[in-house]
This record gives sequence, C-alpha cells and structure tokens, in this order.
Amino acid sequence: MSKDIRIKKGLNINLVGAAEQTTSKAVLSNVYAIQLSDFHGITPKMIVKQGAEVKAGEPLFYNKNMRDMLFVSPVSGELVEIERGDRRRILTLKILADKTQEAFAGAALDVEKASKGELKAALLKSGCWPFIKQRPYDVVANPDATPKSIFISGYSSAPLQADLDYVLQGKEKELQAAITALGKLTPGKVHVAVSGSGNSPLTSLKGIELHKVSGPHPAGLVGTHISKLDPINKGETVWTVSPQDLVIIGEYLLTGKFNAERIVALVGSSVKAPKYYSTKIGAEISTFLYASGVNEENFRVINGDVLTGSKSKPDGFLGFYNNTVTVIPEGDDYELFGWNKPVFNKISATRALTFSWMQPKKKYELDTNTNGEHRAFVVTGQYEEVFPMDIFPMQLLKACMVEDLDEMEQLGLYEVAPEDFSLTEFICISKQPHQKIIREGLDLLQKEIG
Amino acid sequence: MSLKSKLHELKLKYQGKKMAPAFNAFHTFLFSPDETTHAGGTHVKAADDLKRTMNTVIMALIPVLLFSMFNAGYQHYSAINGFPADFSVMNDFLTWDNFWIGIIKVLPLVVVSYGVGLLVEFIFAVIKGHEVEEGYLVTGMLVPLIVPIDTPLWMLSVAVVFGVVIGKEVFGGTGMNILNPALTIRAFLFFAYPTWMSGDKVWVYGARERSEEILAGANVDAISGETILGYLAQNKGAEMTYSVSDMFFGFIPGSVGETSAFLILLGGLFLIYTKIASWRIMVSAVIGSLVMGLIFNQIVDFGWIAESSKFYGLMSFDFWKHLIVGGLAFGIVYMATDPVTGSQTNKGKWFYGFFIGFISVMIRVFNPAYPEGVFLAILLMNVFAPTIDHYVIRGNIKNRMKRLKNATIYPKDSDGKAEELKAETV
Repeated sequence: MSKDIRIKKGLNINLVGAAEQTTSKAVLSNVYAIQLSDFHGITPKMIVKQGAEVKAGEPLFYNKNMRDMLFVSPVSGELVEIERGDRRRILTLKILADKTQEAFAGAALDVEKASKGELKAALLKSGCWPFIKQRPYDVVANPDATPKSIFISGYSSAPLQADLDYVLQGKEKELQAAITALGKLTPGKVHVAVSGSGNSPLTSLKGIELHKVSGPHPAGLVGTHISKLDPINKGETVWTVSPQDLVIIGEYLLTGKFNAERIVALVGSSVKAPKYYSTKIGAEISTFLYASGVNEENFRVINGDVLTGSKSKPDGFLGFYNNTVTVIPEGDDYELFGWNKPVFNKISATRALTFSWMQPKKKYELDTNTNGEHRAFVVTGQYEEVFPMDIFPMQLLKACMVEDLDEMEQLGLYEVAPEDFSLTEFICISKQPHQKIIREGLDLLQKEIG
Repeated sequence: MSLKSKLHELKLKYQGKKMAPAFNAFHTFLFSPDETTHAGGTHVKAADDLKRTMNTVIMALIPVLLFSMFNAGYQHYSAINGFPADFSVMNDFLTWDNFWIGIIKVLPLVVVSYGVGLLVEFIFAVIKGHEVEEGYLVTGMLVPLIVPIDTPLWMLSVAVVFGVVIGKEVFGGTGMNILNPALTIRAFLFFAYPTWMSGDKVWVYGARERSEEILAGANVDAISGETILGYLAQNKGAEMTYSVSDMFFGFIPGSVGETSAFLILLGGLFLIYTKIASWRIMVSAVIGSLVMGLIFNQIVDFGWIAESSKFYGLMSFDFWKHLIVGGLAFGIVYMATDPVTGSQTNKGKWFYGFFIGFISVMIRVFNPAYPEGVFLAILLMNVFAPTIDHYVIRGNIKNRMKRLKNATIYPKDSDGKAEELKAETV
C-alpha cells in the first residue's frame, strides 16, 4: 500500500526567475569537463593519458578503491587537460569535443531477464554507477552493499529547481528500464515520490512504491522521504538516484550507449529569459547562459539550486548531477542600519520587523549577502520549525562540531545528508555553515567507523 | 567620498590589527557587512541575524523602561505627599516632574550598565580577537530594570563587571554561558550588598535618606516604600492600599522595571508574535506559578496553617495575583526565555518553564528575609536546563535504538545472494 507523505515543517523560498517551460537546444560546447569535486570521497586513477582520443562513454578513470567502478567521458574528443590542485590531486578533466560525435559501443541488456550480477557489472562498466548515491555518508554507492530500499524523488521543491514533471516528459521507456534494473538490486522496495498536485511521468511506472508528497520545502528532498517511510539504522544502506539520471541509466540499458544529454533549467533573478536548455553533462555554462542573457554585471553562477549548489563561473562547467543552473546577484555591499530597519525585500523565518510572512506567495530577489555575521549558536527552537525529521538538528550539529562519534551515531547522523540541513542553514540566525559541519561529520564517521 | 566607502577603507586598514573587533563593532552597527556566502553552503541567507534578534528584545523592553521612569517619580512624590486621592494617569502619572526623577535616577543606571558592560565586552573581544557579540545589548537593558532604584552606581558597576566576566566571558562569550548574565549580576548584588537590595527603604527614590533623617530626629511624615510582597510577608496585607488595577498596571513600588504587568504582557506578546522568544516557556511558567499558588491557597482553605504563621500572608494571597506583583512576570517574559541558558529542546522548555513558575512562588513564600524568588528560581533552572534536555534527547535516542533492533542489514554482496540478518542489538 502506498503511503502519502504530508509535511508541515519547512519553508518555501519563492524566488524571482523561475524557468519558462520551453526548451532550447544549447550551443554545442567546445570543451566539456568532468569535475572531481562532484564525486565526494572518490580518488581517481586515470585510465587514459592526457592527449588521448576518447569516445562518448569511454572510460576516463576508475575509483582507486574499486577497480570496477568506471567514470566515462560525456562526449567524444581529445582529453586536452588534466587540471591538478594541491599534492597533484586531480580537479578537472577537460575534453575538447569532436565535430562529429562517436559513441563508445557498450552492450544493451534485456533488463527483464538480466541477473542482478549482470546488471551491476553493466552499470559499473558503463559509467552509470556514479549516478547511484548511498546513505549513510551521501557518497557514490558502494556496489558491494545491498540496499534495503531505493529512493527516487520526482518532486522538485527546492527554490527554482528544474521541474521534474516537465523535463521527464516522454522518457517513460528509459525510466521503466532503469527502475526495473534497480528493482533487481534491492530485496526491498523502490520508493518513488511525486508531487501531490503535479502530473509526473513517474506515476505510470511499474515495480515501484508510489508516494504523493505535499508540503513546503524540504518535501522534495529524498532525506525527508526516507525519514518518513523507512529511516536508516546503523549498518543499513539506502540508495538514491535522481530521476534525470535514471533516464541516462535507462537509455544505456536499452541501447548500450552512454548518452550524457540532459535538460537543464537556467534560472534566477539575474537571468533575462530563464528557461530550459538541452545540453550535456560537463558542458560549459556560458554556452547557454548568454543565450538567455544576464541582467547585471556582478552576479554569481551556481551549479545547482541556491541552497545546495556549488559556486561556479560563466566559464565553469555543468556538474555531473545538476539539472539546474542558478544566477543571482552578488550581495557584496554594505547596508545602512541593515540590522534594525524593517525588511520587506528579504525572506525570514521570524517576524522581527521582517514581513515575508505576510506575503507567502511573493517572489523575492535575494542576493548572496549573509545578512549578518557568524556567531555562536544562540537562538533555539527555530531549526525545528523547518526540519521535518525526527532528529534534534542543533544537537546533531554540535555533536559533529565537537567530533563526538557516539553522539553523532545516536543522534541520527546516518540518516542525513548535508542537503537536509540546507534550510536550517538558510534561516540560521548565527549564520553557521550547517552543510559543511554535517559533511565533515559524515566524513569523520565514515573514516572512523566505515 | 561617501561615509560608506570611507568606512570600508578604514575597515581594510584595521584588518588583522588588534583593534579590528572594536572598529568592526561600530562599523557593523552602522552598516550591515558586505560579506557574501561562502562555497559549500547555501548561497542565500534569511534576513535575520543576532543583532536583529537582540534588537527585537530591546524593542519589547522600551515601553517598560519608559513606564519605569515615570513610576520612579510617581512613587517618589507619593511617598512624600501621599497617594493622590482621585488618581488620573495623565495628571498624576505622566507628568514632567515624574519623568525628571526617571531621568536623574533611572537613566544613569542604564548608562552605567551599558557603559561598563560593553567596555568589558570590548576588552575581551580585543584580547581574544573575536568580534564583539550582541548578547550584552539585552543584558545591559535588563540589568537597570531589575535593581532597586537607589542602587549606587559604583555597586552596579562592580556587579556588572562580575556578571559579564564570571557569568559569561569565562565560558567563552555569548552563546556559551550557563547562567543568565543579567541574573548573575542581580544575584551578586543581592548577596554582596543585601541591605541595599531588600527591606522597605530601597524601592522608592529618597526613602532611604528620609528614614535616616527620621532616625536622626527629623519630623517627616512619610509613607514607607514597602512592596506588596513585603507587606504580605509581614502579614500586613490589610494595611496595603493598592488595588488590583494598581498592581496590574504597575503603579506600585518595586524594582525599577518589574512593576507593570500590563506592559510586560504586551512585551511578551510582541516577543511571541515575532517568534523571538519561546511561548512554550512563558505559558508553562505561568501555569507553574498558578499551580504553586493554588496549592498554597488550598493549604489555607483547609486550615492547615494558622493565621499567626509568618507564611500566612503570602500563602493566602490569591494565586493569580502572584503574576501581577513582584518580578515574576518580568522574569518569565524576559529572563526565563533566554535561549542560551534555558532548555533548548521544545519538550524540555515545557518542564523548564513550569518549574521556574512553580519554584518562584515557592521561594517567594518561604524565603524569610526577602519575599521574592524569581531570580533564584531562574538561576536554579538554568543549572538544570542541560539535565532536562539530556533526558529529552535520551528519549529520541532510545527510539532510534529500538528501531535499530529491527534493522535489516544485508551482508556484503560478495557471493551474490543476500540473506536477511537481524542486526546485532547494541
């Protein structure tokens, strides 16, 4: 029996610059890049050398700790640059795309008949595996583990996030193939959550446990669904995949080709004409950014949404997991008496001379100003208002800060990912970096306990 | 060149220097900073910061402060001339003469409290190299409102230094302290200078000097400045001339800002509406004090206590009136709700608040020397707040551990067939 999820705690952040539902084809990018920062905790071992010619879907490197896990090139071309950072750590792999694209031939699979082992091997070999992420630790899934269930969120509740109902249209066949395959990898269920009001292509799929979600953000985050349906205990594993990545997985299983194409929403108040672009993973952001135009001189490009995305540049590259690129104004300016005057143009979780609660439907143009300085935790009880899980958010954060492993375990660190703390970070009066604290806590826990 | 860019240059000049925190404190007071969000976090942030939060509490205190300035004069002149026969707020209370007494007696307390307290804060910020934190903005306003009006300024200074250093800075500053700094200051005054803090001569400006004149033989006809609780503690409730509306609106003697339950109620509603203070603590503290008051009333009703008992006066006081006399209302609204020293979990706040109300009234009745217990009750519960939270959080952990017993943990997938195993219980 499917169980609907209704949450009350949360906060919708309505911003100016939602994408219009039309899709243009982005200009072909000259250079595509795979950014290693997308794969947290993965140490790459190169397979091809600089200057080598690769085809679309041909392996570039593998996971040092897991020889079978391959990472592939999104396009065919020449590996022109391996950008390295401190201690020669690889940061970015840049591929100069060929004029005519060639695909690396893999083998299509009959998902109905294929065994669990065959499917796993195919996903690992094809470069599709890194799309599957796991909890605990919020990292690329460990293929050795058996997940107790798999969660897919088809509901985009984060600010300005690409509307999954729209971008998944017409992809039912690929989605079904991927779902069938994933279903074989877990003895448990494949939970799919969709918006209660929307019309998602995911609803028609077979072999899933469908849930309708309603409520404010973070209603769309998988962490919320996991905590409501099947919370993670110590020792358990849950896998999560984003639906657009399912399409790539599904297409590979059906055709044997790794197709890095993806529909991306270009959004934000600094974009003149926010809309959708069809492009490829790793494409240069400027290839579609300037097609829509930007409003101002001083803006920030974000790979992802404003709460969880990573800072990028116009000449940066679309991330491996991102389906949204947000552009908002930088807020590097002083504001006279900004701390005590009434505020009408910013969002707030309180009513301390802030008036966003009076107009819940109003759309705001937020910039990147912190609106105050970093302080110790002072105010209590506010995170709980926007945090729907059965976890004490501030206590967990403090346990991570003092690196108390026992407390971290007991307070439920296994159940969360940094993104679950994005809303508490947004409203935090003390301007504490919640997501960073949780990320470091997860890293420590993984290192010490594994 | 505009002020903004000039200050920006100065900020760059001071960057990394010892005096930077001091400069930044003034700079951020004028302009909210130009800081932008960092990588690895949210790119936008909500409008509120700690300054705005503290400012909201101060706004809730301003009416109380203004009232207390008028009341200082009203009590002073009433003590000399007797209470006006047909009292009118406009003619007898909101007068320039009354306010002038407020300016010469209450305002210096505020100035000294802020001056000394912020000086200590600045010194610590410069020595330790962190920014000046906003906690004292509220403490500095609370302190003058909870002391007797005749408190000498040097006494207040000593207490403020003690309270800020021992009560807060030794723990690491705002957000780290265990005890409410304002109440630490009040407690220091109470135990260090008890004769200035209790009795019937300290609550009205001039009462002390007059009593000295009377002792010296002067023939002055004056009303003593006893508080309502003081009357009751001496079983002299019948001599008291204050009406319930006097008590509620605050035309009574007492610590500087504690008297007007009406304005405190408005301040409390404002803090609840702005979501700055916890309504859970306020509501449960009111319930706690009513429960204790009812218990005492019942004891009197059952005749378990003799009328001659020294507790009779306070025990027979109508239970709900406890909320409108003395410092209970002020303590509940402005002190118990301090988020740093109070319970941090929502469930814990109910217990924390309840016991503050309950113990306040209990101490009030049984304290022989000084019929008031709010500040002691809150300090006591400050100490117990972490314990309350500990048990609330244990409850959450226990649920998680219970869930863990039914965990489905699969073995690593090396042989390809996964069998369900019950997790080892922890």
